[in-house]
Amino acid sequence: MRRLLNTIYVTSEDAWLRKDGENLVVEADGKERGRAPLHALEGVVCFNRTGASPALMAACAEKAITLSFLTPEGRFQARVEGAQTGNVLLRRAQYRMADDPSRSVPIVRGIVTAKAANQRTVLLRALRDHGEKLETPQRKAFEDAEARLGRIARRTAEAETIDVIRGFEGEAANVYFGVFDAMLHAAPRELRFGGRSRRPPLDRVNALLSFLYAMLGHDCRSALEGVGLDPQVGFLHTDRPGRASLALDLMEELRPVLADRLALTMINRGQIKARDFVVDAGGAISLTEDGRKLVLIAWQERKKRELRHPFLGESAAMGLVAHLQARLLSRHLRGDLDGYPPFIWR
Amino acid sequence: MLMLVTYDVSTSSPGGSRRLRRVARACLDFGQRVQNSVFECEVDPAQWVALRARLIAEIDEKEDSLRFYRLGAEGKRRIEHIGAKPVLDLDGPLLF
Repeated sequence: MRRLLNTIYVTSEDAWLRKDGENLVVEADGKERGRAPLHALEGVVCFNRTGASPALMAACAEKAITLSFLTPEGRFQARVEGAQTGNVLLRRAQYRMADDPSRSVPIVRGIVTAKAANQRTVLLRALRDHGEKLETPQRKAFEDAEARLGRIARRTAEAETIDVIRGFEGEAANVYFGVFDAMLHAAPRELRFGGRSRRPPLDRVNALLSFLYAMLGHDCRSALEGVGLDPQVGFLHTDRPGRASLALDLMEELRPVLADRLALTMINRGQIKARDFVVDAGGAISLTEDGRKLVLIAWQERKKRELRHPFLGESAAMGLVAHLQARLLSRHLRGDLDGYPPFIWR
Repeated sequence: MLMLVTYDVSTSSPGGSRRLRRVARACLDFGQRVQNSVFECEVDPAQWVALRARLIAEIDEKEDSLRFYRLGAEGKRRIEHIGAKPVLDLDGPLLF
């Protein structure tokens, strides 16, 4: 089993990254802040205006360490990529499958079914843990949403075209985010959820979700590149220049499990507070530097948690699930597996 | 697996300080300095073979010594640290 390697997050202002021997060194204000051997790393994520030396970029490209530059809000800006690697036959198989609806629809169906099923599991867990605190009408709405998500998952599993599946995905999102606020049972007034909004997020919960999705996207992209797939050619998401469509596809089934649950936990436990966010003049909300640190620590801790993979039957760190799914997808593309087994959380 | 590498390189013999520097460099490439000539290295077996060979090639066996302690996969639990020189937990969240 592959070892879960670490990711370095650089959040200090004006940091400079350089390579020293086989170490990555983080400097700020001319002083060394930290160092880590490259072989222990899987990714480097830089926020703010972090610079990196060309020698470090080359070393990261060579060792397949994903080095990305993000805005402080977590929006992707740039990444360093080495020579195209991986198995060209696998990538060709991926393109052929993406062009052939009869073979890509089953994959998309699996992804969206798993997403709806995982959203339902998030609701069920919230209902089981905190259901008694809900008032009767709220509880009723909750149970309705749970039943509807179950129905959507079942109907998606029988859908024939991508457009129909996309419709089900939208419906599932509406149902799920319609009751999302009710799962924030211990949240103060400022940390309520008023419907999904992004670019920019208009409330604090949305800002937190968007940030977590950006982190998950980074990990999914690394996972796909790690197995030699092309992260830009997706099945559910259509090709668009610069968009990592396959990484977005892979994220769908993992969002509820890895990101949404973590957001709920952090808010309900009071680990993140209203003061960890800033509101700018236009009403866009983002995390403060301290808030970002809190989220990144919680995110890294969560990735280390073990779970049992439903298809492989092995226990694995949550942070490895994206890699395992990427590997299962490549096995399907190569023809070693009859279908793509999406990740359905139990 | 976690390996503890310690060395004693004689700097009085010719080329000693060069060997010392190069041994330290090799250890630093694979691990973390926890005391002056003590390194903790989290490596997989293949990396360990490479590090070990590199260290043995650097030293002068008549003058210097190397000691390797195999702390195993659960090595972290066998370590207790007291006092100054705090070390970084390379498996923990890395935020700078």
